[in-house]
Amino acid sequence: MEIFDAFHLARFQFAFTVAIHIVFPAISIGMASFLAVLEWRWLNTGDQVFRKLFLFWSKIFAIGFGMGVISGVVMAYEFGTNWSEFSRIAGNVTGPLLTYEVLTAFFLEAGFLGVMLFGWQRVGPRAHFFATLMVAAGTLISTFWILASNSFMQTPQGYALDKGLIVPVDWFKVIFNPSFPYRLVHMTIAAFIVAGFIVSACGAWHLLKGRRDKAVMISFSMGLWILLAITPIQILVGDAHGLNTREYQPAKIAAIEGLWETEKGGTPLNLVGFPDMDAERTRYALQVPHLGSLILTHSWDGEITGLKAFAPQDRPYSPIVFWSFRVMAGLGLLMLLTAVLGLALRRGGRLYETRWFQWLVLAMGPSGLVALLAGWVTTEVGRQPWTVYGVLRTTASVSPIGSQQAGVSLLVLAVVYPLVFGMGAYYMIKLMRRGPSLDAEHVGHPEHPGLSNRALSQSFK
Amino acid sequence: MQVDLPMVWAAIVGLAVFLYVVLDGFDLGIGLLFPFFAENPPDREVMLNTVAPVWDGNETFLVLGGAGLYGAFPVAYATLLPANYLPLILMVVGLIFRGAAFELRVKSTRTRALWDLAFISGSALAAFCQGVVLGSLLQGIRIENGRFTGGPFDWLSAFSVFCGMGVVVTYATLGCGWLIYKTDGELQRKMRRLMRPLASALLAAVALVSLWTVLGLPSVAQRWFASGNLAWFMPVPVLVVACVAGIFRAVRLRREATPFLLTLAICFLGFTGLVISIWPNLVPPSLSIWDASASPSSQVFTLVGTAIVLPIILVYNALQYRVFRGKVREGDAGYH
Repeated sequence: MEIFDAFHLARFQFAFTVAIHIVFPAISIGMASFLAVLEWRWLNTGDQVFRKLFLFWSKIFAIGFGMGVISGVVMAYEFGTNWSEFSRIAGNVTGPLLTYEVLTAFFLEAGFLGVMLFGWQRVGPRAHFFATLMVAAGTLISTFWILASNSFMQTPQGYALDKGLIVPVDWFKVIFNPSFPYRLVHMTIAAFIVAGFIVSACGAWHLLKGRRDKAVMISFSMGLWILLAITPIQILVGDAHGLNTREYQPAKIAAIEGLWETEKGGTPLNLVGFPDMDAERTRYALQVPHLGSLILTHSWDGEITGLKAFAPQDRPYSPIVFWSFRVMAGLGLLMLLTAVLGLALRRGGRLYETRWFQWLVLAMGPSGLVALLAGWVTTEVGRQPWTVYGVLRTTASVSPIGSQQAGVSLLVLAVVYPLVFGMGAYYMIKLMRRGPSLDAEHVGHPEHPGLSNRALSQSFK
Repeated sequence: MQVDLPMVWAAIVGLAVFLYVVLDGFDLGIGLLFPFFAENPPDREVMLNTVAPVWDGNETFLVLGGAGLYGAFPVAYATLLPANYLPLILMVVGLIFRGAAFELRVKSTRTRALWDLAFISGSALAAFCQGVVLGSLLQGIRIENGRFTGGPFDWLSAFSVFCGMGVVVTYATLGCGWLIYKTDGELQRKMRRLMRPLASALLAAVALVSLWTVLGLPSVAQRWFASGNLAWFMPVPVLVVACVAGIFRAVRLRREATPFLLTLAICFLGFTGLVISIWPNLVPPSLSIWDASASPSSQVFTLVGTAIVLPIILVYNALQYRVFRGKVREGDAGYH
């Protein structure tokens, strides 16, 4: 197998660009809804601390959003430059879905973002809140379409093959394909969790630094409430998604579990181990009897198909998905533990004074993003060797380009991405380290536009 | 009545591309004009603030153009993009630096000069590469059975490089017109002084590209001069000359918006000339809009949404321009 041919270079480029890209939309999706909540609370209570928090987080949101736009443009063109056969063959389905995403989501976000960020002095509070809501709605609609497209690639239905092309027959079936509802909910909650941990970790940092002002305490507390509400739901949704995957993509489940034989009378769970694709077994497996069946079939002795039931060329690469899945699921449990610990400390009234817990929350800050990436690696690598599951192989999807072209573009992006997106992340972290402004109560009274102009422009700098 | 779906879609994608060219054109133009203005007085700050609220939306038209092409004409998407592999990669790299500079320049202190450089070179690279892609499209792309069969450097020619420079001049003129409209005082005066040489260069570029295509590409000459429609096509070049004359006059009379509007008109005329030259091909010389089309089911499905949503998009994008109407001045609150 040639590693540096155009095919592998293109795959590596896609994995690398999409992995960096998804970080920023995930932050934007979660943060946009959080900002809408903050502004709603401000309008409702009149408490200036919410407005201060809104101004603070909207600056971080703006950087994340901008990074998402520019890395997203690359994605929209990469389908054509590196994966033109995929575009030609599957474009009849995935093209319209992407067009809908641009029309109903990207424009909504971009069209109201200007007002949300810079429009405080030009529109009234209600119009401004409307703009914030539209931006948040845009991020969620975007999730809807891109997940529809991705889910079609995972569990395609509602199409026909016509002269080798995938042609849509029933758009309702195409969009609401079997795995779509699970993926959509799982990804949306994941984005909320990403934002929840970033917000509470930022709060934890400033608590550790000794700040005890209202803005910091509210960041910490609100983030933890959100996490307490959604991490249990996420675990349940993930479980349901697993059952769905077992039904429609059994090879992926077998690879995730490092399971080779189809066992009768109950399948154990490999807690850890090292799947070996050539030897067709999982080395050093630490097993819990029946737990595999229990988790994946919700029964004591349910049957799970092993990898050997699939032809070798149809098997996903188990060593990657085995571990990426365990990273995601392990972090999920840690997140739940963190949120529950927060609740326990709250009951004792020690939430803001327990340093080890603040260190824990700070350390868990990036956990939402790590789990999200691990989850995407699991589902995308688990889809291999197909781009459209069971229909179009990845090897048949690549552009007719040479390895020089693919190599040059990969090199260029490999230099540019860490530089640009590293700087973007650096400024986001820098803003978070500085924290919400300390100058208290008169940050931009809308009743005193003269005063608010000055205060606001200061806080924007 | 039978609707010719590919025709409708060609019109929509054409509209998206045109809107992108003029809207992001003036954003990119600001980057191109950046080197002429110093940090102090803070001209650069003001120049950026004129587009800070709208550049995201403007760049989104590029994504609409790409996605519309992908959704309605997958064969064109799957041939045009591999054929222009390197210029497109460089274009997105340019856009990455430009966009990052937009967001990060104001947050930086020590590295501001570097971000300014990123903004200038990113804008220039993106504009130039877009022109190169246009040139390579005009000179034709080798396609067999719906697949690109040419080499990795087919796009590179003296003609495509010249088109790249032509687009740079076009965007600089758009940016200059926009800044005359959105600024006042010393900055506006400087822009007025720049407008005349830029408009002259634009006229020269348009004339040269037109001559070059007519002389170099028999199919284009055939279309303009031998199809019996010359009388219909003639207003296009005549109006271009009239617009340039109008810009000179408007600058002399110190009009605020007219230079920008006339530059938009020149872009529209140039785009019309392009359509006349390649119609009904989407990718010359052989791929027509009908050959390149997606299945009717795909085109209908997307058309329903587009017909409803696109007008709404245009309305609220226009509203955003309205919210941020008026002159932008040094020290204005609320930006960044």
